[in-house]
Formats: sequence, C-alpha cells, structure tokens
Amino acid sequence: MGRQLKFEIFRYNPEKKGDVPHMQEYILDETPNMTLFIALNRLREEQDPSLIFDFCCRAGICGACAMVINGRPGLACQTKTKDQPGHIILHPLPVFKLVGDLSVDTGVWFRDMYAKTESWVHTKKVFDPAKEEERMDNSVAEQIYELERCIECGCCIAACGTARLRDDFMGAAALNRIARFVVDPRDERTDEQYFEVIGNDNGIFGCMGLLACEDVCPKGLPLQNQLGFLRRKMGITAMKQIFRKK
Amino acid sequence: MQTYYSDLLVIGAGLSGERVACEAAQNGFKATCLSIVPARRSHSSAAQGGMQAALGNCAKGEGDNTDVHFIDTVKGSDWGCDQEVARLFADAAPIEMRRLAHWGVPWNRVVPGQSFYFKGGEKFEKYEKEENEGLITARSFGGTAKWRTCYTSDGTGHAVMCTMDNRCAELGIDVFDKKEAISLIHDGDKCMGAVVRCLRTGQLEVFLAKATAICTGGFGRIYKATTNAVICDGGGHIIAHETGVVPIGNPESIQFHPTGIVPTDILVTEGCRGDGGTLLDVNEERFMHIYEPEKAELASRDVVSRRMTEHMRAGKGVKSPYGEHLWLDIRHLGDKHISTKLREVDEICHHFLGVDPRVELIPVRPTQHYTMAGIRTNKDGAVYGLKGLYSAGEAACWDMHGFNRLGGNSLAETVVAGGIIGAKVVEFLKGYETTFDTKAINAEVKRQEERIHDVIHGRNGKLNVYQVRNEMQEALMKGCFVFRNKEGLEECVSTLQGTMEKARKVGLVSDGVGANHELAAALKLEGQVRLAMCIAHAALMRTESRGSHNREDFPERNDAEWLNRTLAYWPEGADMPELKYEDTTPLFELPPGDRGYGGGKIIPADEKYVKERTVKSPVTEIGKKK
Repeated sequence: MGRQLKFEIFRYNPEKKGDVPHMQEYILDETPNMTLFIALNRLREEQDPSLIFDFCCRAGICGACAMVINGRPGLACQTKTKDQPGHIILHPLPVFKLVGDLSVDTGVWFRDMYAKTESWVHTKKVFDPAKEEERMDNSVAEQIYELERCIECGCCIAACGTARLRDDFMGAAALNRIARFVVDPRDERTDEQYFEVIGNDNGIFGCMGLLACEDVCPKGLPLQNQLGFLRRKMGITAMKQIFRKK
Repeated sequence: MQTYYSDLLVIGAGLSGERVACEAAQNGFKATCLSIVPARRSHSSAAQGGMQAALGNCAKGEGDNTDVHFIDTVKGSDWGCDQEVARLFADAAPIEMRRLAHWGVPWNRVVPGQSFYFKGGEKFEKYEKEENEGLITARSFGGTAKWRTCYTSDGTGHAVMCTMDNRCAELGIDVFDKKEAISLIHDGDKCMGAVVRCLRTGQLEVFLAKATAICTGGFGRIYKATTNAVICDGGGHIIAHETGVVPIGNPESIQFHPTGIVPTDILVTEGCRGDGGTLLDVNEERFMHIYEPEKAELASRDVVSRRMTEHMRAGKGVKSPYGEHLWLDIRHLGDKHISTKLREVDEICHHFLGVDPRVELIPVRPTQHYTMAGIRTNKDGAVYGLKGLYSAGEAACWDMHGFNRLGGNSLAETVVAGGIIGAKVVEFLKGYETTFDTKAINAEVKRQEERIHDVIHGRNGKLNVYQVRNEMQEALMKGCFVFRNKEGLEECVSTLQGTMEKARKVGLVSDGVGANHELAAALKLEGQVRLAMCIAHAALMRTESRGSHNREDFPERNDAEWLNRTLAYWPEGADMPELKYEDTTPLFELPPGDRGYGGGKIIPADEKYVKERTVKSPVTEIGKKK
C-alpha cells in the first residue's frame, strides 16, 4: 500500500442557508483491505464531522450506501480502494432526491414503487392456521428467491438512460419486482392485470434496452433476462387484447 | 411542531416492528412505523441462516415437535429463560412459518429422494420422503437435536423482511424512514408517544399514540467489534431507560458469535458449520472435537466462542496485523453447495477479503453478535414500569433466550413474538381511550430542543463525540468480552464512569444542521455509556457462569444463588445503575439440569424451590432422556 488517496466529494446541504453545491477534497493514507466504508468514516471522524452519507450493514446486503464512485453507481461498503485509482471522486446517486452530500432519499422512492406495482402477493385465499402449508416445488421457490435478492440500492435506477430522462419511469428494480410476482404461483394476478401496471412507456415499454442496470447491479440480478421476459409477455398480452377487441 | 397521531406507534421497522404493526392493522387499528433507515435495510435483513420451527417435514427433522424445540430453547438459555415464554414461542413458531409462506416467503422445500450432507467434515447420506415433497424444509443449526431451521438459501432474513414489508404496504401501514425517536413522552404512569428527530431535515416532530412499541433490535455497536449494522446502537433501549422507571433485563447477557471475519467483523453464518464446515487453528488442524467430543463445531455459540478464545490463548491462533484469529474451512463442501446454499458467504469472502472459500481458508474470530439483554417486558410484551409501552424482538427481554440464544431462534423470535405481542397490543387497544397531556408533551419537546442547542453550541463542553464513543467501545472490549473476571470488570466500570462524565461534556465540531450525523451520535452517547455501565456492573455482580456470561473467577453455574434475572434501573439523577433481581421463571416445565455441552460444574438449586415451581409436562421425561 502506502498510497496517499485524494478524495473529491460532492458537498451540498439543502438545509444549510446559503450553501452551494461544490466538490471538496480530502487526503487519506491508504491501509490494507481499505474500503470506502472505512475511508468515509475515517474522514468524518478524523477530518470533517459535517459529512453526510449513509452506511448501514456495511456488508453489502442492505443497499444503503449506493453512490456514484468514479462515475459508476456501486455499493461503497464493498468497494475496495485498492481497486480504484488514487484519485477517488464520489457523487450521490442521480434520479433520487438529495438529502445531503452523498445521501439520497431512496426510502420514499421505493415505497412509491410498492404502491405502483402493488408489491405483495394477491390472493383470495385466507390463511388457515390449522392447515398444512400449501406445497411448492423447491425449484420454483429458488426461482422466486433469485428475484427477491434485490436490495433496493437504486444503482439500476441511477444508471438507467430512461430514468435519467423521465421521473415517471419505473426502472429495472420495479420491473424486476413485478417479475418476482409473475413467477410466484401464489400470486393470482393475470397477465392483463400486470399489463395495467407495466404495459406502457412508464413501465416495460419505456425500457430502451441500454441495460446499464444489468452492468451495475451489485447483486448480479438477471435484469436483462427479466426485462426481456416481461417485454415478450406484455407484448403478447397487448396483441391478445387487440385481437379480442376485434 | 408537526404532530402525528395513530393508535399504535412502532419504533423500528424490522421484522418484529412490522409484524406487530401488521397485527394491529389487520385488526382495524392505525399503525405507524418509524425507522432510522428504509425498512428493508433493517438489520433483520442481514440474518443469513434461518428460523427455527418444529414442523418436522424433513428427514432429519422426523420426530421433531414443539416439546423438543422447547427443550432445546430452555437448555440453550442455560435455564435463564422464562419457560412460559419459551413455551408460547415454540408452540406458535410452526404456524407462523406457514403464515409467512401464505404471505409470500419463498421457503426452501423438501426435495424427495437421496441427498448428501456433511457433519464434522464427514459425508453422510439422507433420504427425503416422497409424501413430504413440497413442504417447508429445514437445515441443521448449532445446538439443536433435530433439523428445524427453515430457510431461503442463505438470505432468510432478507427474504422474510421483503415479504413483511410487502404486507405492510398491502395493509396501508405508514412506514416513515429517516426518523429517529430521541425520547419517549410519558407522565410517569403511561407512555404517550415519542419526540422524533427527522434525519432529512434535523427538525423535531411529535408522534402520539395510544400504544407505543419499541422494536429497535440489538445494541452491538457499543462494542468495538460487532457483527451488527451501524444502526444497532441502542437508540430504543436508551429512550426507555431514560424514563427512570423502565429496567433493562439481564444487561450482562450478550452473545458472542464465533465467526466474524477479520477485520470488518462481518458475520459468516453458522450455516457453514451446520452444513459441515470446520474450524482450524494455526497448524490447520481441527480442535473443536477435542474440547467438545459430542457436538464439536456444532456446540452452541457461547461454547464455540469460548473454546476458540481458549485455543488462541493456548498459543494456537493465527497472528495478523488485526490481531489473532482462527480459520473457517468450507473447501470440502464443494463448488455447487457453496454457490447455491452458501452464496452470500461466497460473496462476503470475495468482496471483503479477496478470498475464494472453495480453495482458501476464511479468517474468523469471536465477535459481539446478539443482545439477549433488553427492555424487560412481561410475557405479553408489556414493558415493566409504563402503561401503553411494549417491546418485541431483540430489543426486548421477553425472556426467551436467558443467557444464550440458539442460532435460528432469534430470527424466529422476531415474527413469532411480533405476532403474539401484536395480538396483546390489539387486546389492549380494543375499547381503550386515553388523553394526551399537552404539558408533558411540550415539556419534553422543550427539553430535547435545549439539549440539541447545548450540544451544537458546546454549552456543556467541547469534547469530541467520536473519541468519547471510542473510549466506551474499547473499555467494553477490554473488560467485558467473552471471558470476564473481577479485576477486569471493576476496571471497566471505573473507566466507564470517567467516560460518562466525558459524554456529558461533548460538543459538536460541525454546525449540526440538517441530516447531521455527529449530532445524532452525540445525543445517544450518554445513554450508550449508561447501557455499557449496566452491562459491566451487572456482569461484575453476577458471581457465576451461565450461558454466554463467563466468569473465570466463578466458573460454576450457581443455581442455588443465581437462578434469577437482573433488572437494571437507572433512577433519575443517579450515577450508577440500580440492580434488582427476579426469578428467571414463574414455573419449570423443565427443571434445571445440564445443557449437555460447554462443560462446567453446576451448584444445584434448592430442591424445594424447584419442586414448588415444577409443573407436570411431557417435557420432563423427554428432557431427562437427553
């Protein structure tokens, strides 16, 4: 090691009167196995307690620390400084509302998404505590889990070409959420019902196919596959609706 | 001042908090959850292994039932738990797993036919019955007789958290994130709600409710080395304790996890050992089977943590710039198993260590992990000392875990206790009306505004928040970790008394405006030091060893004098905690006995005391046989 790292960090506190967005520089000596979690906390504790950023689990599973690192959205806690150049530039994620410095409001955005996609199992069945559980094929359970692995970090939204252009685009995270319920046999929604939610250009048809989402997803979710799968399914649903109307 | 009103205010939106809220909402009550972070980022999501429930669906779980689960839990607690609570839990757990399946959790299911598993490095065969195909399956988890830990790959906490939060969205529950409760509003008799600081703007808000539930998880971050998330720093405990009338139950009961990676202390799941992984020393040799012939690597966490520490003290640790450690070996489990059943572990090794667990060893050491200690409640989840205040999950001392928590039981507790206590909250709310004393509300808001003003402007002093916090964390690591003794604990208490003085004199370096982290840390600091003092003082006073509480100078479990639970009060204006004691349990379904692992001598309890409290139960005979 022995490198001296130069950090250039986006600073702006909307609550501070007269504050103006600007970049601020910090110097820090690199240590073995240093991650941005270690570095940013050291900067805050040793040099500048006014720094605003979000870490939570620091283990890559909660999605709190997504930010733009040298131009690319990623999880700061699992970004090793040794994989970065000596000059590290940090920005908050675009698309989301800024809270301050490197912290953005993903919480409200995702709660909106749950409402739009109706992110829950739709069923008329009532739970009977006296009955055995409904059986499920283990491979189906694992398929659902694959898509459930999303940690709602927001990297896919921040990297998305369409989301950068339009506030109302649902984004890969929302479409993946729908896909999760499509493959879940317990969800009783029909293709037509899903179509109502995503069969428009705020949903699947707004996707331009640039697939930066697939490139930046820290959990390696199969977003390209799911977007393709949904597009085909919703395309077919649209055709059926047209022919039915005739 | 922005004021919100609901029937139920839940502080914390992890599994327990949201489960309590769901129960209230399902019964027609308005519930609001507050969380420091978006709900799905709660630490519940980090739990990897699974939830224990006696479904008995899989081959290695055959013959399992709630009695066996109850026995495992009571033994696991080293007889420190409330047996009525353990019974409520064990009986409700299987139904809760089915309810979660109904709500959408993608539990792994029984796959019929032959398959292999590892135990202590050796390969064994099992055969899953066709007639159980598709039912919820289970894996092995340390300390249990039968396989009963339900799981979704190795991200069970995450998957259940997603479903729980989906359910909250479905029920229209308000879940507000970036909100931190900084004090409770009460009149000495009942709790009315909380003063909350918005972590977006820094502004104060008031949340009023007929009932309040504290579900804020554990407080590992008061230790230097912990598996816990950054947010697990005792915020909920502090505001309850600060009332002066609410006790912390068993503060000295803290669990250390054997396998935190070095140096970040990120948790590597017990599932590695459950699935057949082994622990190796500096010579790359196994050692657990020598200390614990029967259970070896699968002994309970406190036992494994202790044996690892013992082995390192005997000079068999691996030296490193971050201190000594041992190795976890999962190479023999093979690529397919690691890539699917232990994928999160694979990712942790890759991202934080640059290690491939298929061909390399994982550096691990014991780390603070779970808080059996908590806000003391009765079996309904009602907090001692204030009406209308509840607590559930890791934040509470319900007391299911006593002096040690079994792997898989904590995650199960969140939803099972959440459901049971949620139902009790509903009972409380039905037909309940109350008044809110504006004098008490305004006084509390004013108190908090002044406190914040003083800290921002350095009115109490200008000591550095982070430095004082660090002093507390180091003191606990040094004097109150896996092994404890009189001198170390006395020194710890003495150091912390100094730290508490300093905590009262901190002042900000920054201006404290908006979403300021330094201010958030400063406001919690004195309360955290008080918690630390409770831990050290209670550990000093408990002159026995039980579960995770290990006194080198008092190695026996002393049922004659210490079959009790510590209650740590902090009366207003005091400088030291006031300790009271109560019976561990009102009744014994399973009279005190030997856990069967961990070694150590037991000084038996008074026979008459035990006999008077022993009730008839099938468990008494089953327990004797083990």
